[in-house]
Amino acid sequence: MEPITVIRSRTVVMPSTNIDTDQIIPARFLTTTVRDGLGVSLFADWRYDETGQPRADFVLNQPQSRGCQILVAGRNIGCGSSREHAPWALLDYGFRAVISTGIADIFRNNSLKNGLLPVVVDEATHAWLVAHPGVEVAIDLPAASLRLPDGREARFPIDAFARYCLMNGIDELGYLLNQLPAIERHEQSRGVR
Amino acid sequence: MSTRKSLFEKVWERHVVVPETAETPAVLYVDLHLVHEVTSPQAFDVLRSRGLKVRRLDRTLATMDHSTPTDTAQVFGGLPIRLESAAKQVHQLEMNCAEFGVNLLGLRDDRRGIVHVIGPELGATQPGKTIVCGDSHTSTHGAFGALAFGIGTTEVGYVLATQCLLQRQPKSLAIDVAGRLPAGVTAKDLVLAIIGRIGVNGGTGHVIEYRGPAIEALSMDERMTVCNMSIEAGARAGMIAPDATTFDYLQGRPYAPQGDAWEAAVADWATLRSDDGATYDERVAIDTGALEPMITFGTNPGMVTNIGGVVPDRPGDTVFARSLAYMGLQPGDRLVDKSVQVVFIGSCTNGRLSDLEAAAGVLRGRKVARGVRVLVVPGSQQVKRQAEERGLAQVFLDAGAEWRESGCSMCLGMNGDLVDAGQYCVSTSNRNFEGRQGIGARTLLASPAAAAAAAIRGHVTDPREFLG
Repeated sequence: MEPITVIRSRTVVMPSTNIDTDQIIPARFLTTTVRDGLGVSLFADWRYDETGQPRADFVLNQPQSRGCQILVAGRNIGCGSSREHAPWALLDYGFRAVISTGIADIFRNNSLKNGLLPVVVDEATHAWLVAHPGVEVAIDLPAASLRLPDGREARFPIDAFARYCLMNGIDELGYLLNQLPAIERHEQSRGVR
Repeated sequence: MSTRKSLFEKVWERHVVVPETAETPAVLYVDLHLVHEVTSPQAFDVLRSRGLKVRRLDRTLATMDHSTPTDTAQVFGGLPIRLESAAKQVHQLEMNCAEFGVNLLGLRDDRRGIVHVIGPELGATQPGKTIVCGDSHTSTHGAFGALAFGIGTTEVGYVLATQCLLQRQPKSLAIDVAGRLPAGVTAKDLVLAIIGRIGVNGGTGHVIEYRGPAIEALSMDERMTVCNMSIEAGARAGMIAPDATTFDYLQGRPYAPQGDAWEAAVADWATLRSDDGATYDERVAIDTGALEPMITFGTNPGMVTNIGGVVPDRPGDTVFARSLAYMGLQPGDRLVDKSVQVVFIGSCTNGRLSDLEAAAGVLRGRKVARGVRVLVVPGSQQVKRQAEERGLAQVFLDAGAEWRESGCSMCLGMNGDLVDAGQYCVSTSNRNFEGRQGIGARTLLASPAAAAAAAIRGHVTDPREFLG
């Protein structure tokens, strides 16, 4: 994983609430056995018509969305299926952060594990972002702060350990493997064979 | 610190290997890791690339369910699996399990089935355990008083390698369900009503404990239906305190403790109840007196109403309007008037024997309406055998339904069991998301009895018309 410090990008706004992971990546793409290559199928059923042509009215198909790394979505994005293919698809497409007023638990967790930054902001900040699609914002991970173009800042919650891992581009497996002596003691003390 | 603990706190505390601090989450021990073909290939790749083994093979159980065919000829008849990518994924799980030594209940194993159906039916799911799986409906196992939740593929890799996860302790939400379910109202209706009440994000960040007389009166199959859909309210997990119903269900099952170990286990499990005065972060009270059979009308499970009701109106809500447009519905439409083209009876929500009994009870001696395709997919091969032994399969076949091999099937259509664009499907599954059952498919979630009633009439029907 690439270390994350500041993500500076224009935004793509998808104001729908409850965007579930079936929309982010439909189930028919889950028969893959690798992580890569899902970006082309991101939001497939909203993005392409029956013949596979891009729908002109879908935001990702509009020229101003090109190169945007930050997705602003309505409340409760990522609800539903635990498929990690959802953050994989968003990352493979080019997104590096998702901003919402609420992010579903498993999707948020999966995003953190892959370097897709989940940013939960207050209603007022979110409403401003929705009303100003395409503005350039900066997400400052060390400061846990979102900076708007007018200089306002919105703090967002992020677990200290997850932030450490993201800022250093490391996963949690090494930390867990270092806990093996404690894990063995736990197994012995509980008599779990 | 309070010594009065909730069920969730008791199970959580038993599994904390390293307590959480401001800087680090808790290291949480996992007692049972269920693995399936869709969310595991990339996790096995990580083990391979780091030179790691599966640390506790005795706590790891694999099966295949999502992309497996339900067509008998493809499962047992020697025909190749029709979907090439699905066949590859099934084969990949076989190779990974062989390489790492993981116990796999494979395609032709008579213990195979939907992972959340076979865990309980084998007795691997037990009170007080922590259970994880790369599948959001892992919440099902909470019906036994286990702490069970879905994880992503990266965490599947962590559990394979260490048997542990890093977790912050979730909050708790008590849902107190008073009274009893009225006649003709099922556990599916109850949980749909709960989701309608608290919303599809009402449980976010929380572990739900379902409690109260109406919950205690439920069978294990019914409790599993309720806990299964906890994730549809956004909850991390759902739990129900184990009791005599739980112990009776588990006794004698292959993975359950036997002999003296059984007595000791039951004595321990009996302590897994919320203490009087235990506190919760949130509480919700549900009164069952006014509950009716429920059906969804939109594109998330919180968009639900009484089966005799009408599609509500939310002026100015563009997301709501878009959802209704997808469903081909208007505010004020009566749901019972909607004609249906497909009925799906199955899934980890409602694919157990009692679900099939409920559907067969409605279908017995009757015929499926012309033009309606009815797919009945048992939750496991064991459920399939039992349904055949009890004559249920024949009821379905006589009525004109298709009787399939077990699997997730049309719940998410990964295996090619799909609803066509524009078709309405009354489905006993758990998600009515856009495209969930096929591109353009319109899903109406309901109970097995309601699904069977719709199959007979060819339109949405109150199942109580077929009572007694």
